[in-house]
This record gives sequence, C-alpha cells and structure tokens, in this order.
Amino acid sequence: MKVHVRIKRFNPEKDRRPYWADYEVPTDPFDRVLDVLHYIKWNLDGTLALRRSCAHGICGSDAMLINGRNRLACKVLVKDLGDRITVEPLRGLPVIKDLVVDMEPFFAKYRQVMPWLVNDEPPPARERLQSPEERARIDDTTKCILCAVCTTACPIFWGNGEFLGPAALVAAHRFIFDSRDRAAAERLAILAERSGAFKCRTVFNCTDACPQGIEITKAIQELKRAIVLSRA
Amino acid sequence: MPVHEYDAVIVGAGGAGLFAALELGRQRDLRVAVLSKLYPTRSHTGAAQGGIGAALGNEEEDHWEWHMFDTVKGGDYLVDQDAAEILAREAIETIYDLEHYGLPFDRTPDGRIAQRRFGGHTHHFGQGPVRRACHAADRTGHMILQTLYQQCLRNNVHFFNEFQVVDLLLEDGVAAGVVAWEILTGELHVFHSRAVMFATGGWGRIFKVSSNAHTLTGDGAAICWRRGIPLEDMEFYQFHPTGIYRLGILMSEAARGEGAILRNRYGERFMERYSPNLLDLAPRDIIARAMITEIREGRGIDGKDYLHLDFTHLPRQVLDEKLPEITSFARTYLGVDPATQPVPVQPTAHYAMGGIPTDVWGRVIRDEHNTPVPGLYAAGECACVSVHGANRLGTNSLVDILVFGRRAGRDMARYLKEAERVLVAHNPDSDAREELERLRNSSGGEKVGAIREELAACMMEWCGIFRNGADLQRMLDKLGELRDRYARITLDDRGWKFNQDLLEAWELGCLLDVAEATVRSALNRTESRGAHMREDYPKRDDAHWLKHTLLYRDGRFAYKPVTITRFQPQERKY
Repeated sequence: MKVHVRIKRFNPEKDRRPYWADYEVPTDPFDRVLDVLHYIKWNLDGTLALRRSCAHGICGSDAMLINGRNRLACKVLVKDLGDRITVEPLRGLPVIKDLVVDMEPFFAKYRQVMPWLVNDEPPPARERLQSPEERARIDDTTKCILCAVCTTACPIFWGNGEFLGPAALVAAHRFIFDSRDRAAAERLAILAERSGAFKCRTVFNCTDACPQGIEITKAIQELKRAIVLSRA
Repeated sequence: MPVHEYDAVIVGAGGAGLFAALELGRQRDLRVAVLSKLYPTRSHTGAAQGGIGAALGNEEEDHWEWHMFDTVKGGDYLVDQDAAEILAREAIETIYDLEHYGLPFDRTPDGRIAQRRFGGHTHHFGQGPVRRACHAADRTGHMILQTLYQQCLRNNVHFFNEFQVVDLLLEDGVAAGVVAWEILTGELHVFHSRAVMFATGGWGRIFKVSSNAHTLTGDGAAICWRRGIPLEDMEFYQFHPTGIYRLGILMSEAARGEGAILRNRYGERFMERYSPNLLDLAPRDIIARAMITEIREGRGIDGKDYLHLDFTHLPRQVLDEKLPEITSFARTYLGVDPATQPVPVQPTAHYAMGGIPTDVWGRVIRDEHNTPVPGLYAAGECACVSVHGANRLGTNSLVDILVFGRRAGRDMARYLKEAERVLVAHNPDSDAREELERLRNSSGGEKVGAIREELAACMMEWCGIFRNGADLQRMLDKLGELRDRYARITLDDRGWKFNQDLLEAWELGCLLDVAEATVRSALNRTESRGAHMREDYPKRDDAHWLKHTLLYRDGRFAYKPVTITRFQPQERKY
C-alpha cells in the first residue's frame, strides 16, 4: 500500500524556519514508521535527519511526534496509522535538524535527581539481599529507557522548562523505593523543590505515551506522598 | 580544531566501555572521557535480554569449572583456556560488584540473585542444563547499561555524546589519542590521551537479517585494522537461532530456557534429532544449522524459510513475568500472542566471536607473539580475547563485557601510573579530514544505501551459516565491485551539521572492511569448527587448524596457538 507522509523539516544551514515536506512511500502494513522514514532517507532524500539505533523499542533513540502523539518510530506500525502519516520533532526541546532535537536539557534534569544507587555501607562478600517483594516495588520504574517521550508530552514541561519532568521523576522513584538505597531523603528534598514533583498536575499524558507502559503518573503520586510523609 | 587532554579515552559506551570508565573514574585523580556515537544509554548492550552466566549456585549446585568447561566446549576448543578460566572465575565477583552498584536483579524467595537455564550451560561437565544465567526479567542488558551509566555519572566520568571516533593516533607504536567527529557541528576534535580503549561493539549490519542495531558497523575494528593492527578469528560469526522472521529482532534464548520449543511444519520438535541431550538448549551454532537443514529439506513452515518457536504450552504467567519484552515484541511486530500462537523465527546475524586481538588484560596485541601496543586497549564484542573461540555461549557476551571491561579499566589505571604523555605529530586529524572531504565531495552517482543493501544481502547468501569456497570467492569478488562503487558515491547532504548522510557513508567504509576481513578469513580456514561451517571441508581439523587466525589489512595471515590448560579437545556432541 502507498502512504502519504508529511514531515516537518528544518535544516539550520539552509532554512530560516521549519516547513512541511510531502512524500509518497510504498509500504507493507507491518512496516514500522522507522522503515518508512528510512525509505525516504535512503531513496528519496538523504538529507533527512533522525536518530535511531536498535529499531525495536529498546534504545529509545527515535522518539518523535507521529500523527499527533509522542511515540517511538520503531514501535508503531503503518497498519495502525492508516495511509496518512505526519511526523514532527518532539515538542519542548530545541530542534537541531529535522527530527533531531537537543537532548541535553532532558539529560540535565535526569542528572539532577541523583540517578544512581547510594549505599556506602561496606557490601557483603556476596549480594545484598532483597526480597522479591522489595524488588517488585521498583520493577515498573526500572524499565525506563530515557527516550523523553513522557517529558516532551507533558504540558507542564512545555509551559515551564524548569520542571524536572516525568522521566527524571521516574528515575528518582526507581532509587527512592529501592530497599538497598540510602539517599531517599536527599532525593526527596530535591523533588520537594518548586520545580519538583508537585508541579505535576496529573494530566496523564506521560502514562499514555510511555512506550514501556510505565505507570508514570502513579509513580509521581507515590513520590508526592513520600515527600509529605517525610515532612510529618 | 578543538583539542582535549585526558588520561584515558574510551570509545564506546556499552557495558565494556562503561565498566572500564567506572574503574578509572573511581580512581579520582584520573581524567576519563567516554566518546559515544550515540547517547550512552542507547548502546546495544541495552538490547541484551536473557542473562549473565555466573556460577553463583543460588538455585542449584554450580561451579566455575563447569562454566569454564561449557565455554571451552561451546567454542569448539578454539577458546584460550587461560582466558576462559578468568571469565568463569571472575564472573562471580563481577556479578556481586554489579549488584552492589545497584543492578536490580530478579530474586529468589530468600532474596538472592535469581538464575535460569541457558543454551550450552551444564552441570558436571555436560550432564544436563544448569541454572546459571542471572537475570532481570528479559531486560538484563538494559539494567546493566543503566546501572553502569548511572555509576559513571556519580564517579566523574566525562561523556562526549554523539562523537564519532574516526581515527586512532599511534606514535611510534604507542597509543596517543583519537580523532573524533562531533556529529552535531561536523567539527573534528583531537583527543590526546595516554590510554585509548575501543569498546565499539560488533558489526552485525554486514548481514541482511540481523539482531544488531543500525549503528553497529564495526567502526573500532575497522579503525584499528587500518592502523596496522591485525583482526583475529574474523571467520567466526554467530547466527542466533531465533530472530523474528524477516525483522531479525531477537527472541531471547531465555525463551527456550523457560521452556519454549522449536517446531517444524509438522509440529515436530526437530532438535530431538540433532541434540538428543540438550534439545532446544544446545549451543547456537548447532541449532542454527539444524534450522537451516530443516528449511532446506522442506520442513520450514509452509515450506518457507522459517520455523516456529512455540510457547503455547507455557503458563501465561511465565510470559508476563519472565519474558515480558519478547512477548511484547511478538505482539507489536507480528500481531502474534505467543501464549496462543507460535512465533515465526529464523536465524539472525548476532555476534562476532573475532575482533581486535587482546590479552587477558584487554591490552591490544599486534602479532602472533602477543606483542602489546602500549596504551591501546579493547574489550567487548569488538575485541577477541579469545573466550568465545569458534562459537559463543548464550550469556557469555555479557560476562565478557563485564569481566574484561573491568579488567581493562584496572590495567589502564596501572598503566597510567607509569606511562608518559606521547607527543602527537602535527595535524593529527589530516587523514580523517581528507577521508571525510572525499566522501562529502565525491560525485559518481552511486548511493550508499544501495551498496550497503547489496553487501548485506550477498553476505547473508555467500558467507552466512553454511559456506563453501566457491561462494566465498564470489563474495570476495563482489566486495571488490562494491568498493569500486563506494569510491563513486554521491551524497545528498553536503552540509556539516548533523550530516547523517556523511556518517552512513563513513560507516559503510567500516562495514566493507570488516566484511572483507570476515570473508578472507572464512576462505582461508579450510575446516569446519563452531559457527564456521564449510560444506567443502565439513570436519574439524585439529591437526592443521587448532590455531587462531590473525589477518592484516594487507592480506597477510599469521597464526597464534590456542592456549590449552585443563580440557583437551574432544569431539563436540550435545
């Protein structure tokens, strides 16, 4: 089947502002949007810029706005979109070229929440013990692939670039509720600041968009509760 | 031209590179930079699914000697046994290290690291399957990558994201730094450093059906080869039995570890005929060949070139809890629910056993006498220690990146205590600049994508699971033709900023180099061993070929003896 593809293009070395470009692409219904973009890049216009690597939804490189929703281009199939596909760069991050946005502000927020296990007690000779129940507590938030789909779907983030955003909060959750970690108080203090967890207005865009199916809004509410309890 | 000064530069941010960087970063007084063509968390370690083999014995009796034996036998006795002993012994402490760094392993009811079965891993030297693979659902690689990246951030490692390294600086045979291309700006940077490590992963994109990321184009191996370092055992390339039909996306061996079964068009569990003892958990080379044999003899599904991976007898809970990612792959990409329907699979290009030759400390060696290149290191899939020999066991790639990434980091720290700064010649970036300018301005009308596609299709056909002299010669001739066309490419994008057209053209040069090394080595080795199956030489030939291949870019071969300590070569049966 032939699909009609519109892509929001921008080349900083040539264009003063973004413009829409249209392409006709022969596809199979089971093609990924990434395959469609590759077809354009490899056969119609080699100047098209987009990030991608693993092509099966694990590396998190190819997040973009597809038919109005944030998705990974390698995880959505043509058959689920119909014969008109519109592709734009993620919102809320500066566009570098075509579908490539500046990821530095996103990773800067991630780094703010101390996204690493802190436990400076001397470790045992073998593993630290953790019960399956304790492990299950963080299962959902350990799935995050840092694709930025959630943060760039969040209207609070669009309106306020200071907000840590859902992805950084997910990272904080993953450590705060890890039974082996010892820095929950420090992280909760960071999240309690004005740009932190309470900026979330439970819009659920993040949860809807997450390609890993993480219950992000729920995780953020657990963080809010932990902050409140830590003050009590 | 921006110039940077570091004590150590690590190229690649997968498991091996990050573990080495972490070891160095923890020293506090060393300046360490990691250069990645991606963002570090995009590295392909993150796609590893099933587990990390280590004889912890948490679920049942296990010993590192058994793991070592399985590794040696799995590699069809081409494994260097001193290295395999280190791999199996240090896997254990390395797992505990990772756990202490925060890796969220699945747990046993008593809170220990959970372990499961995997292909070729046995108890009592081959008696039957053993639970050895430590896992975090089927996202083990993702958890490794996240954990190591997080600890690197905590430990003062500097990251240069989306920096494509394009050249290695060697001064009088000593590592002195690298030249890197900043993808965002198109600018070339020079990094001076006393130690350089390549951890750039594999080159599965030389084959048409591949589990590998698009970015796995053999860059590190190609760069070293061009600078006079030989490549070792390039003829040994692993096809994973269970790639999703046509897409090549991996259905982890953990699937069969948890009980899934391969079936042909008659519903027959055909592995009973090929490996009566280990069945669907035989090593990958054996299963991949069995699958191609089934297909060639007309027993593929509907007579076509695929088979079925059957989960339908497993409880849904196993799929949801132990294999959630691959269950989701089948649903997303095929519209198949593995709980009720079998999944169409075919072998997919997966892993390079060969690569940049190193010793057991990750030090790159330049010849058959194990002469090290001072300051130059390699680890992970781009390197060849050799712990995988002629065929890698499942989980051992993760063990390899962790154990030898860590060792390379430790040895670099030792080296840097003594090593002096090496002066670099003028204009160290001139070769790289010339090459990139040539690619950018060339105008013969040939397309990068078309050459790459033809390369991958022909490699699959003539240098895949079954090989013979005539096909390999045909492939070598084809490579000559493709190189001619590569010299006449025309790019659409002549800009500098985020020019991926140029990046893909440069990557294609690497693909052509590693493909050539693979084909030349495969043509040269006139025996069948592990993953290298020559239809015209179907037997293993220890008298002539119990040795490692070293191939230089000028076409010269050298050979290194295999280190044999505990286990004498035997016939390999499962």
